[in-house]
Amino acid sequence: MNRFLRVLGSALLLACLILGLATPGSAAKEQVTINVYNWGQYISDGTDGYIDVNAEFEKETGIKVNYITFDSNETMYTKLKTGGSSYDVIIPSDYMIARLIEEDMLLPLNYDNIPNAEYVMPAYRGMAHDPQDTYSIPYTWGCTGIIYNTKYVDEADVGSWDLLWNEKYSGKILMFDNPRDAFGVAEFYLGYDLNTTNEQELQACAELLKKQKPLVQDYFMDQMYSALEHEEAWIGVYYAGDFIQMQWENEALAFCFPREGFNLFVDSLCIPKSCQNKDAAEAYINFLCRPDICGQNLDYLGYSAPIEGATEYMDEEMAANPIAYPDEATLARGRAFLNLPAKTNQKMDSLWLEVKTGGSSNKTLIYGLIIAAVIVILLVVLMVTRKNKLKKRRSMYQK
Amino acid sequence: MKRQLLSGPYLLWMAIFTIIPLVIVLYYAFTDSITGAFTLKNIASLGTYLPIFLRSVWLSLLSSVICLVVGYPVAWTIAQAKPNHQRFFYLLVMLPMCISFLLRTLAWVSLLEDTGIINQLLSRIGIGPLKLMRNSGAVILGMVYNYLPYMIMPLYTVIMKIDPRLVEAAQDLGCDSAQVFRKVTLPLSVPGIVSGVTMVFVPAVSTFYISQKLGGTGSTLIGDVIESQFKAAYNPNLGAALSLALMVLVLICVAVMNRFTGDDESVATL
Repeated sequence: MNRFLRVLGSALLLACLILGLATPGSAAKEQVTINVYNWGQYISDGTDGYIDVNAEFEKETGIKVNYITFDSNETMYTKLKTGGSSYDVIIPSDYMIARLIEEDMLLPLNYDNIPNAEYVMPAYRGMAHDPQDTYSIPYTWGCTGIIYNTKYVDEADVGSWDLLWNEKYSGKILMFDNPRDAFGVAEFYLGYDLNTTNEQELQACAELLKKQKPLVQDYFMDQMYSALEHEEAWIGVYYAGDFIQMQWENEALAFCFPREGFNLFVDSLCIPKSCQNKDAAEAYINFLCRPDICGQNLDYLGYSAPIEGATEYMDEEMAANPIAYPDEATLARGRAFLNLPAKTNQKMDSLWLEVKTGGSSNKTLIYGLIIAAVIVILLVVLMVTRKNKLKKRRSMYQK
Repeated sequence: MKRQLLSGPYLLWMAIFTIIPLVIVLYYAFTDSITGAFTLKNIASLGTYLPIFLRSVWLSLLSSVICLVVGYPVAWTIAQAKPNHQRFFYLLVMLPMCISFLLRTLAWVSLLEDTGIINQLLSRIGIGPLKLMRNSGAVILGMVYNYLPYMIMPLYTVIMKIDPRLVEAAQDLGCDSAQVFRKVTLPLSVPGIVSGVTMVFVPAVSTFYISQKLGGTGSTLIGDVIESQFKAAYNPNLGAALSLALMVLVLICVAVMNRFTGDDESVATL
């Protein structure tokens, strides 16, 4: 009887607990919240008197924005794939959008809720990764390239991707910390197609990246900002828009569009399947497509605008910045990433792991021998002391 | 009956947060990342990571030993101090642990980097920038710095409990101070040494943050590889296999170290 009561009691407690956990959801009905999952350092947040995009959106619509960041497309993909968290708006890059579409992870957009989509420039409609624009609307576009410090880097060495393999600057070079961008650099350097699925070519890229490894100070994403700004590193490969922000902090920094070609990317707004509030998410997308918001946002970000009329709301200097808006001849060298087959992605991931973990294998034997020696010595010591103790005990008893 | 019920909440906790996750790790380690079918591929590929496993074990063994050498005199000194001084010293040892582990490691980065505080001071007196970080030494430094309190605490507790009469008896029987230490204090503090080494070794061998921040591109540890598999590469299966191997490795190490206790304690009580 007693036991029955206890079980009943704990069952009731558990029920209360579950109900208690469930209630906040219903209480928060009046306040709509959307989870926005974006790249780090990728929205104007009110710094230096620029627009605070999320606060502005909250003021205008009353929808609360819960803003979360990721550091690479791959990190974002993993987070979406492992589930457990729901996002309403995500901002991945072109090739990742194609992958998400292929794996049926996005919801089609309702254009009735996004009237500002009409401002999207024709060049950024119907791109290869989403031919019908069913799932995505461009947020920004830009290029990758080499950022270098004019104080330390000889201008004669600049111009090609080989700067990243130049032994003169050993230990002062920063490299991308994600496989797609890193292999992209190697592919340009070796003259391969940016979207190659040839395993031998990928292998050659991996060899090249392994060769580069001893020269690399670190594999970074957004940590590049601080390392390049305070001159801990002199050369880095990153996105043009981020370079413009870095240059405000350190005027000695310069940017180079390598002559072999470079990645031209588009980051777009999408709604993942885990979306809880599609109308609010579309309102957010619509807000970001408004020329004045886009212009003021990108005025701070330094990335390039795919929205018609946005440049009118920017600082004149920014709107004419040759890094953000390069000329036709430069742009002609840009290539876009396409989604790769799952097998190629997996191959690239494992090669990338090989690049990052390999290297000092010549020491393996020494480490192994030392560890083995330590363990053997410990065991011998243990056995000797035990024997001695046994002997002592025996002699004690014999006396 | 009542006693069994008392341990109920913990058993439930352990079932939910230890046993079930372990089963999940096992499941992932033996399945394919794309098809989800049973495979031994992940386990078979572990051989490739042997150098990294060895490097992790080596660096964390080394830092455990350094922690022991540095920590033992500290623990001994604290245990010899007056009781209210003891509390103060103990607080000093614990104090760094009140600050986030990540922050403390980042602070080392700004101290050691090429344009860091130490190198800036050195350049004032004309010594060129030294390569203080991005090498294995810096990783060991980070491990020792972060895990030293875990060594001092168990050592201090054990040394403090050593009966002073045993030391006096040894002195009465003609031991000089070196002999007292070798024959009495050291054998009696073995349980503290073993738990201290375990408490330093286990977190050090699986760390990833310290090596990412202070290590160079060539000093990747096994924790880094596991983290990358779960965070960016989306290959939880390989990550699970690696964690499983690491767990087995740690269990073996702990088992070897535990052989040193037990027996010595019974000798000590004789």
